[in-house]
Amino acid sequence: MESQKGTGRLESKNSDSKKELFSKGKEFLEIYNKVSSFTEELLHQNELLKKRIEELRAEEKKSREETLGPDDLEIQKKIEKLKEERNFLLEQYRQKEKETQDFMGRYHEIEMENNNLANLYVASYQLHSTLDIQEVLDIVIEIIINLIGAQAFGILLFHEKQNIFRPVKAEGIELSALPSIGMGEGIIGNVAESGEVYYREQAPDVEEIDVSHPMVCVPMKIKDHLIGVIVVYKLLQQKERLTKVDYELFTLLAGHAATAIFSARLYTDSIRKRKTIKGFLDLVTS
Amino acid sequence: MALVKVLVVEDSPTMRQLIYFSLKPIRGLQIIEACDGLEGLRKLNQEDFHIALIDINMPLMDGLKLIRMIKENPIKRDIPVVIISTEGGEDARDKAMALGVNAYITKPIQAGNVFRTVKEILNL
Repeated sequence: MESQKGTGRLESKNSDSKKELFSKGKEFLEIYNKVSSFTEELLHQNELLKKRIEELRAEEKKSREETLGPDDLEIQKKIEKLKEERNFLLEQYRQKEKETQDFMGRYHEIEMENNNLANLYVASYQLHSTLDIQEVLDIVIEIIINLIGAQAFGILLFHEKQNIFRPVKAEGIELSALPSIGMGEGIIGNVAESGEVYYREQAPDVEEIDVSHPMVCVPMKIKDHLIGVIVVYKLLQQKERLTKVDYELFTLLAGHAATAIFSARLYTDSIRKRKTIKGFLDLVTS
Repeated sequence: MALVKVLVVEDSPTMRQLIYFSLKPIRGLQIIEACDGLEGLRKLNQEDFHIALIDINMPLMDGLKLIRMIKENPIKRDIPVVIISTEGGEDARDKAMALGVNAYITKPIQAGNVFRTVKEILNL
């Protein structure tokens, strides 16, 4: 009995919960339907509003066109055209500006080149303007000061018989401070032996000159025939470092100085020989 | 175009030639050279110049003395003076500028720089 009663209670409980579930489902369905119809309504309203906006825009455009007279339209066209022209001119201006900058760069390069050529011309012209060895050496000194901007430097000439370089001219440093140097001895001797130019871009910060450590050492030679070396220790105060042009000038100067010194020596020798021969002939004929 | 007379007072023939090359592109220019301060002064007294380019370190009479004499001369004092010198220190520059020189160029010179300086001073 008891169990029958219990089963009956359980069944009635199940049926209650089913009913409850059903009614909740019904409620949910109703809500869903309402939401669905509301969304549809909203979409419909949205479409109507869109149409209305388009209508209003068309109306606005029409009214603007109606308001603007034919002259105004012409002006507007002109404005558009001028805007285009302005943009075109701006673009042209930008292009021209770039071209000008390019030209400025090229002008600067040409000016530098012109300057170098003038320096080279003057150097070679002056070097070959005399056959006096002392004058040639003075000109080399002048060129090194004025065209390269060196403050302390010396010229050493090669004495083939002793295989030694002897200082013959110095500027900004005592001539006696410069030592005679043997072939292959130190930086200067090595430069002479190898025939390769020695450069240090910047002079050392120390005030005192170390004669064995030059800043620049250039051999003066005619092909393989060594004439001497130019040794630079210090640049002028305003000249901070050597430039590419200086290297070119040094190389040219060394070449031309070598030829000029060699020619002057030959000339001096020939004069001396002529005098000796003349003296001998005078002695024979008298 | 009227002739523009330029006096170059410089003891180095190399520099004189280089200055000549620097100024050669200016049309209507006559360059007269002097190899020391004394010769420069003599030439200044002989003729009228539109500008003088003077070196500082020279034999017989240095550039600063020559400039002082030019500036003390009421007839010549208005000649523009450009110094071209190896002296690159501030002291040397200040000393020269105090004498009333128009420009101070240090060696080694750039031809373009000399050209522009002279053109600017003479308004060419």
